[in-house]
Formats: sequence, structure tokens, C-alpha cells
Amino acid sequence: MEDFINNFAEQIDETERNEFSKDTKFKDLDEWDSMIALSIIAMMDEEYEITINGDDIKNANTIEDLYKLVNA
Amino acid sequence: MMESYINHISYYLPEKILTNDDLATEFPEWSVEKIAKKIGINERHIAADDETSLDMGIKASNLLFQEYDIDASSIDYLLFCTQSPDYFLPTSACIMQNKLGLRKSCGALDFNLGCSGFIYGLSLAKGLIASGIANNVLLVCGETYSKFLNKSDKGNRTIFGDAASASLISNEVFGLSAKIGGFDLGTDGSGAENLIVKAGGMRQPKMTAQEVDDDYGNTTSDADLFMNGPEIFNFTSLNVPELVRSNVSKNALQMEDINHFVFHQANAYMLNHLRKKIKVEQDRFPVRMNFCGNTVSSTIQIALRTLQDEEAIKTGEKILLAGFGVGYSWGAVTIELC
Repeated sequence: MEDFINNFAEQIDETERNEFSKDTKFKDLDEWDSMIALSIIAMMDEEYEITINGDDIKNANTIEDLYKLVNA
Repeated sequence: MMESYINHISYYLPEKILTNDDLATEFPEWSVEKIAKKIGINERHIAADDETSLDMGIKASNLLFQEYDIDASSIDYLLFCTQSPDYFLPTSACIMQNKLGLRKSCGALDFNLGCSGFIYGLSLAKGLIASGIANNVLLVCGETYSKFLNKSDKGNRTIFGDAASASLISNEVFGLSAKIGGFDLGTDGSGAENLIVKAGGMRQPKMTAQEVDDDYGNTTSDADLFMNGPEIFNFTSLNVPELVRSNVSKNALQMEDINHFVFHQANAYMLNHLRKKIKVEQDRFPVRMNFCGNTVSSTIQIALRTLQDEEAIKTGEKILLAGFGVGYSWGAVTIELC
């Protein structure tokens, strides 16, 4: 889980790593936009070889919700 | 079989430039600079209101004739790739034949493809030459996606630029002298809805002009271009690596034999992702789009011509070209500089 949060945080430049936890509601971040959504999809593919789509992101609220897709 | 060669490439970018600063002024709440850096685009050129893909295709072709001293009467087949024709009918290529002063015994047709258009055009040109139907094929690609974009669709307005390109493909070798090798082509129409302009054709002649916001604040109506970014990203991510592997083996080569991989210049972020997936280092994977954005069916030609001008490609080298996108439609071919 910590690894996943690290990988997630790397996609978002302007928020410090220590501000992220499994409960972070990522869509509430000021920086959240379609480009970061794509970065998350790319990260899931590169790091975990998982393909997620736009609906998966839409249906997730917290970082943990996304992490659950890795182990689904 | 008669061989065919890409011998010359010229391109035209419209005069008006849309910079990152322009976009930042228009969308102050949006981090244009950061996004533009990720997708590797500083400027896009935008066609004038009264300038169409056909007009730009004519300009690119005339540039090719002038730059390389080509006699228009030597062209015996004109292929025009566009998704933004002047009219339902007649075919834009017929108007282009007349305006370019091509001879009347010249075949001319349009074909409607986007980001895979150049590869498909090359496959058609190769077939025409191999069968003895034509000796000099003028392959023109022109696109004005800017005219399809909703003014408030900041995402797509950051990515797409307008352009036209003209390529001369011949049975004789001169100029760039790029021998056209074996092709891999593919289609999956189940993805049609993920990159589409719905209204204006026969299925839905009238636009409702009802605007819909996506999850990220981009607005489109059925009269505008709609792109489902995540779906397109996943489509390329899943299909392009296999396309590349298949084309390398079709040409009886290994991955390390390819000197340059010139992909459709969709955006630098996605290209980098694809590059990592096919495990190719950056110096064999040129990206040349920061001055024009994603110009749809002309990106590969613009990148190739830029590399030629930089003298970054040389005789004996093998270059794998790959195009993929709207349709879904994709294709790859390996060329060898003679």
C-alpha cells in the first residue's frame, strides 16, 4: 500500500508525499485534472501491468479504492 | 515486384499560432504550462476561418513542387487523406487536381482516416505502383481539427494543431529515397464512439448543440469532436506494442535493427509511455511536435521531414513508422533509406 501511495504521489508534482494517505480523496486535490488521470492510468500499467479505464477512476474516491483494483 | 520509394516530403502550417500563453490567458484556472510540458507542445497552428484542409493540401503540394523542382504533370495519381473535406461531393481530390494543374489522365480520390492516414496512404501508393497503375503518387494529408473543437474544450485545444503535408511516392529512387517495406494494418470499429464528431453526417444530419461537461470540465456538443482520452490511451497501450513487434518480424528484422521509431506524434506523454512499453531507448525514438502539436494525419511526415532537415537520418538506416487512432484504425511500415 505504501508503495502504491508513493507511485500515486509521483504523478502529482505540487502536493508533498506526506500529505497523501490511503484515505486521500484524490479528486478533491486542486491539481486534479484529466492529465493526472491519464498519468494514473499509465502508472497502473507500467508498475502493476493493470489496465484501468475512465470509469474505474470515476468510481474511485480514495487512493485505497484505486489500490483495490491492483489486487482485484 | 516494382519497388516504391518515399522521395520527398513537404508540409504547410497555417499562419495563426496558438501558444501556451494564449491558452493560459483564456483558461486562467488551468495549469496549461504544466500540461503542455508533459505533452511536449509549445505551439499549434490554426487554420484561418476561410482556410480548409483542401486549401492547405494545395499549399503543401505547391511547396513540394517548388522545393524539389517537381513537374506537376509527372503526377499520375493523387491521394488525399482528410476528415474535413470541402463538400460531401465532389471529392476534394478532384478539385485539388485542377488547382494543382495535374494532368487530366491522373487518378484522384479522397480517403477518410485520421492518425493512421499516412500509413494507409503509403500502402495504397505502394499497391498502385507495384501493380503498374501509377509511377508517381502524390499523397496529401490535411486536417483542421481546430474547426471541430469546442472553444471551451481546453484539453483537445492544447493537443491538436492544423497542418497539411504532401509526399511524393515513386517507382524511381531520388531525394529521401526511402524504400517502402512490408505493412501491418488493423481496424477495430468497436472503438468508433471514443473519438468521433457525431453530427453533420447522414446518421445525424442536425446537431442538437446541447453541451455536455466531462469529469474534467471540458465541454462538448454532438457537433464537436469528442475524444475519450483514457479509452484512446488504453487502446494504443494495448495494440501498438504488438503492432511494432509484428511489423519488425514482417520485415525480417529484429528490434535492434530499427534505427528510428517514428510514431504518430499524438503527444509526448503517450509516446513516452509507448516507448517504455516497447523497451526502446530515447535516442531511437524521435519526438518532433513541440512547434505544431498533434496534426493528425501529417505528424509522421512532419517528424520525418524535420529529421531529414536536421540530418538526423541517413542512408542505410531503417525507420519503423506507426500510426494509430480514430476508427480505431492502425498501421505500421518499415522504410529503408537507400
